[in-house]
Amino acid sequence: MAVSAQIVARRRAANVAFVGFCYVVTAVALVALAMILFSLVTQGVAGLNLNVFTMDTPAAGSPGGLRNAIVGSIEMATLAMVIALLVGVLGGTWLAEYSGKSLYGDVVRFLNDVLLSAPSILIGLFVYAILVKPFGGFSGLAGAVALAMLAAPVITRTTEDVLKLQPIALRESGVALGTPLWRVIQQILWRGSTSGILTGALLAFARISGETAPLLFTALGNQFKDWDHPLKDLTEPMASLPVVIFQDALTPYPDLNRLAWAGALLIAASVLTITILARIFSREQKRS
Amino acid sequence: MATPQTSARRSNPRGASLDAAFEILCFAAATTLLASLAGVLVSLTIYGWPAISKFGFGFLTNVTWDPVRDTYGAAGPIVGTLITSAVALALALPVAGGVAFFLVELCPMVLRRPIGTAVELLAGIPSIVYGMWGLFVFAPFFAQNVETPLMAAAPPGTIWETLVQGIPNGSGILAASIILAVMILPFMAATLRELLNSVPTQVRESAYGLGATTAEVVMSVTLPYVRRGAIGAVMLGLGRALGETMAVTFIIGNSHDFPKGLFDSGSTIASTIANEFNEASGLQSAALIALGLVLFVITFVVLALARLLLRRQMEA
Repeated sequence: MAVSAQIVARRRAANVAFVGFCYVVTAVALVALAMILFSLVTQGVAGLNLNVFTMDTPAAGSPGGLRNAIVGSIEMATLAMVIALLVGVLGGTWLAEYSGKSLYGDVVRFLNDVLLSAPSILIGLFVYAILVKPFGGFSGLAGAVALAMLAAPVITRTTEDVLKLQPIALRESGVALGTPLWRVIQQILWRGSTSGILTGALLAFARISGETAPLLFTALGNQFKDWDHPLKDLTEPMASLPVVIFQDALTPYPDLNRLAWAGALLIAASVLTITILARIFSREQKRS
Repeated sequence: MATPQTSARRSNPRGASLDAAFEILCFAAATTLLASLAGVLVSLTIYGWPAISKFGFGFLTNVTWDPVRDTYGAAGPIVGTLITSAVALALALPVAGGVAFFLVELCPMVLRRPIGTAVELLAGIPSIVYGMWGLFVFAPFFAQNVETPLMAAAPPGTIWETLVQGIPNGSGILAASIILAVMILPFMAATLRELLNSVPTQVRESAYGLGATTAEVVMSVTLPYVRRGAIGAVMLGLGRALGETMAVTFIIGNSHDFPKGLFDSGSTIASTIANEFNEASGLQSAALIALGLVLFVITFVVLALARLLLRRQMEA
């Protein structure tokens, strides 16, 4: 009896230690993450004012805002999403509908998963090598292509996943009515998967809107923007919010640091909003 | 065309001729994805080649990174990358595990969804935000409350003195590792939680029914059940830490020397590239791209293993 009581006591002690550990580390983790959000919000709100949206990036000591960077980010991210949706939806469709059990399909699927989490700075180097160096200059277009390479694998993955959820009977009944397969895919399968694909697109968008590293060597940055021709800097260096944050945060000037915090808050807020939207869409997909 | 056999056949549905075109289009898109990953490898090799052919294998072992004398050895950044990622993983793994176990086994039902959602949302915060927090909030605190007292307390002549060598300014190898750990924590916790939730209820309930304690259920039943996937999730976290640029560049101190201690400034592959590439030319830029190739190989191996393990788990 004494031995078994000892064992019970030891097991109970081990359990108390384990449970205690779980509580403590969860508390520590939540506090750390709450502290990050707290400084982000307090410092960011302190840096926010109307100038942030109406003026371009300043030199240290003069008033200014983030207008050109915000617009640059939106332009690049939009263009990137157009490219990524095209490649991602079609690529995901090939994987789900045409690849069958082919080895090539497995290879593409596997390497797409690797590309999904590949270091973004290497994507930047790659785009520098194919679009910046040969064409003689940094450009917003190169930045958009780099971002598209980060977004496309996410969209491919979700497109394949949601298409595979569609019942086989749906394809068979479409074909049985005499519809060519490509129209079955476009008008029945894609339509049924819209909110799923949209979820993937939103997640991809959230991911690229905060990316800094791939823009450093592609879009570079630009203090000025030609507001009469807002798309002109797609072929010239283009400012983006993350790169401006990076540069301003590393300067010793408090006014630029404040601007960087305001920018960080804007990015984090938009990423959170997009992610929440994506979750709402994915819940709808599950319900339907 | 007008032979009896073909005219007797049913006519094809309208637009059927486009079937092949659409399939080719989809195939081309899938191939674009493959080509872009291959393109990364090929372009890094081509543009890095001048440095690789000049320094050979010594590129990996040489510690001198000197743009003035145009001689480049990558040992400092490579070791910096490996150390920061390993320390970050060692710090983040127990915490992420604890958070996941808490959410799956211990958390009151009311809090389960809000905390779980919060962790998942935090996994999506851009790394530059973590970097800024590290630079402006964490570094001053760390310098004053951790580095200075520890350096003062370390007994001279022992291993402790070697470990805490450096300048107590808040940036350095250990500070960067901690920021990396905070950054990969939500991601790993969210993935582990999802895996643990995939364990069938009967498995968990029968373990409890046999009288197992919470610790025993987690450690001997549910965690082994998702073993492969859990290792895959951890390696995905490691992959993120290895390739992370912004969170590290802010706080590692950016020195090319081989780090002497945990508080010493250092650099990682990604931070070196981010800092120097735009000002580099000639051999230096080739050396930076060769560094990128090293990072590509390291992360590719880690990510490929992670994906293989995760996929096996999903199939099992």
